[in-house]
Amino acid sequence: MPLDPTKIWYVITGLAIGTFLIRYSFLGLLGNRELPTWFLRHLNYVGVAVLPGLIAPLILWPAATGGSPDLARILAALSAIAIGIWKNSVIGAVLLGFSTLYIVQFLTA
Amino acid sequence: MTATYNTAKSTFWRGYREGLPFILVVVPFGTLFGVVGTEAGLDIIQVMSFSVLVIAGASQFSALALMAEDAPTIIVLLTSLAVNLRMAMYSAALVPHFGKLRTKTKLWISYFLVDQSFAMSIKEFGERPDQPIDNKISYFFGIVLAIAPLWYSSTLIGAIMGASIPDAFSLDFAVPICFIALIAPLLRTLPHILTAITSVIGALLLAWVPYSLGLIIAAFFAMMVGAYAELKLEQKNAS
Repeated sequence: MPLDPTKIWYVITGLAIGTFLIRYSFLGLLGNRELPTWFLRHLNYVGVAVLPGLIAPLILWPAATGGSPDLARILAALSAIAIGIWKNSVIGAVLLGFSTLYIVQFLTA
Repeated sequence: MTATYNTAKSTFWRGYREGLPFILVVVPFGTLFGVVGTEAGLDIIQVMSFSVLVIAGASQFSALALMAEDAPTIIVLLTSLAVNLRMAMYSAALVPHFGKLRTKTKLWISYFLVDQSFAMSIKEFGERPDQPIDNKISYFFGIVLAIAPLWYSSTLIGAIMGASIPDAFSLDFAVPICFIALIAPLLRTLPHILTAITSVIGALLLAWVPYSLGLIIAAFFAMMVGAYAELKLEQKNAS
């Protein structure tokens, strides 16, 4: 389904302005204000709280297979997680994830 | 004065050199964003606008994924901005170094405040806290020169290649793989692991909630689980 160009531009504009304001927040707007510890403690986990939940459905119910679970994608995701944790390597996770995906797709085709 | 100038200049190039290893991260991600964005139906101007105006890969990918799910604009923005909230911490951490600069300089620093420029600068300023402010600025922009032009140009290359890559390559899977690659190295403490697990289970259980709101609810709880676990661990270690 094609994306609506107006919506795309709203997202680009909103994300650009919002992201800039986040970056400029303390440097430019709030100055040297102390943040409460509980707030910083929560802020620390926002990324890990959002991204896994965002991708879990993409891995388990991929649109490319019409939403039915796909062994190749699940194994690829698990191997990428394993190498990412074990080797602490961003590139390694991408490479092993895609290698696993292609190998399993080839073997099960 | 000449000596100071030279030092600032050499600090700039040291920042540049120390930023070069990030090419290994920046180029693949930029290219992938160009490819995935084009595949999702964006034109080159739109893809480039993301990488130039937003200049924050993870949030760009999450915006793409949510738009593909047809989530409402406000949800796309809230979720993707949440991904970038960590940069408020970066901004706060740099106040002791850059807080008193001219507004124009601070605007440029803010625009280029990405994971890599922040991480390297904070390390540098910690190791050499007393160097002149000009050197600190130079170091920061040295890092930026090593990564930002490559981020833009690799996005462009990806966007040009994008449409010509066949479906057999399953590039739809690039987004999950990229996010796994970004998150997995963080999963080394118990609070981070608990946060990620809560996020996954919550998002799957709440997938039925309309407007992709389930993810935001799940993320909210996951964040609290992480913070609570950290607090409990600290208390346990203190006692």
